[in-house]
Amino acid sequence: MAAAPSARAPFDGVALLAAPAALILCALFLYPFAYGLWLSFVPAAGGALANYRKFFADPFLYGTIATTLWLALPVTLLNLAVAVPVAMRVRLMRNQRLLTTILVLPITLGVVLIAQGLLTYLGPQGWFNRALMTLGLVSHPVRLVHDYWGVFLSLFLTGFPFTFLLTLSHVSGIDPALEQAAATLGANARQRFLAVILPLLAPGLAIAFCLSFVQAFSVFPSAILLGAPAGPTRVISIAAYQAAFEDFDYSMASAIAMLMGGVQLAIIAAVLGLRGLAYRGPAGGGKG
Amino acid sequence: MRQRQTLSSRLWAAGIWLLVALFVLNLTAVIATVIVSSFATRWLGTWLPSGWTVDWYASAWSEFQLADVLTTTFEVASFVVLISGLVGAPAAYALARRDFPGKKLVMLLMLTPLLAPPITYGIPLATVLYSAGFAGKLSGVVMANLVPSVPFVVLVLIPFVEQIDPKIEGAARVFGAGTFRLFWHILMPLLAPGVLAALLLVLVRTLAMFELTFLTSGPTSQTLVVALYYAVFAAGVRPEQSINAMAVIFMLTSMVWLVVALRFVNPTQIVARARKAPA
Repeated sequence: MAAAPSARAPFDGVALLAAPAALILCALFLYPFAYGLWLSFVPAAGGALANYRKFFADPFLYGTIATTLWLALPVTLLNLAVAVPVAMRVRLMRNQRLLTTILVLPITLGVVLIAQGLLTYLGPQGWFNRALMTLGLVSHPVRLVHDYWGVFLSLFLTGFPFTFLLTLSHVSGIDPALEQAAATLGANARQRFLAVILPLLAPGLAIAFCLSFVQAFSVFPSAILLGAPAGPTRVISIAAYQAAFEDFDYSMASAIAMLMGGVQLAIIAAVLGLRGLAYRGPAGGGKG
Repeated sequence: MRQRQTLSSRLWAAGIWLLVALFVLNLTAVIATVIVSSFATRWLGTWLPSGWTVDWYASAWSEFQLADVLTTTFEVASFVVLISGLVGAPAAYALARRDFPGKKLVMLLMLTPLLAPPITYGIPLATVLYSAGFAGKLSGVVMANLVPSVPFVVLVLIPFVEQIDPKIEGAARVFGAGTFRLFWHILMPLLAPGVLAALLLVLVRTLAMFELTFLTSGPTSQTLVVALYYAVFAAGVRPEQSINAMAVIFMLTSMVWLVVALRFVNPTQIVARARKAPA
């Protein structure tokens, strides 16, 4: 009799179907990563740690970590702070499709196109400055492009939809009956949010924060096109790129890439560690 | 359940909708700026251009060698879609149906490239591809783009496989279907919507993937988004309208596929793995 294949079926070769995908990722992801890690300890000159010593001795290099964090952390927090209340509202909407479709546009169009659009839109002659001047909010065009704020706004424009869609998928997973029960017991909107929704949402928010942060931290094309890549928006990915493709020092470039990965991992570990303190359990309601 | 609406809760709701409206307005204006400028004869210091023309499209087409760039773009995208489909779909099947030693490790191997930012692994990957002689060529660009695409197909397809009742496969076996017939007559039709959705999303993502293509491409293997970056980077050399015409062409190439993809998937799925697989 042919047994229905179950999750505990004996080894029968089907598992081997995963082998090509695993091999491709080993060759193109794992191996390059390991090679990069090894290469970062084999500098062109000096001892094994020479690259890392050089990085932390040169303010032009180690400063990029602070520059990137100074851009990525505020943007991620702003994205999350706006995404949560908006998602709480949108989840009550019957037809979310139009809004989510509009919001998915900047994600699919990509940062390069948004950067090109913002260069004109935020420029001294652009509609944004014109609108501000017509409304009488400013008397002279505000300098936004080729500066910190251009990059900040581009990260918000592409990052907010991403954070919002992630948050919306988490918020939609919370059973509305839980909130209704709290309302029946007399909790007002603020109490319902703080005592019922937020604890259930915390793990999802932690993940949304991590994914949004990683995106913002690896900002690259918009920091060059919209920012001041020699000054206030010289982010760490620019330093890594310059080491690899302008100085052709692949060893140093790998070291910077590894440091970049390390900083992100540290922030993610910290956030997920905080998440461990939060409530863990079903968000589906019912008995349990 | 009908709640009493207090003034403050109405103000709060109005404030949130105002915020959303402002965001959508600015986003639309940014995209409209690109489109309007691409049709402008001259646009300096006024709300709208002084005249309209379509000439910039012809000049962008020849100046940026868009015929070649578009050919490369679709070659890269086709190879990436084809390979990640052929490799990803069987892997998704295996991971959804079987428990095998090391499955957790394989899942981790699929998740990490999607969580790691392209620049972090792109630079070591470009180094390896340069020393192996693949970088700068079409093959190198395809290889680099497989890194996020294969796991993406796998993770999108796993829930689709999981919702196919294993009993259907069992029943086909009972009635004497061989592996080939099982695959062709049972699994393929049931998985087709999922595979189509996953591959369309990979196509859209590959067209917009800047970092990996930028790090591994040479002059003859640039995709449209990288060519656009170089054009914006060298702004001032070429008229702005010409760059914007190119940007509109780029927008159109991705939008066509996005519109097709959105017939099969929810926009949220482009960002997050859906909780419930769509039917």
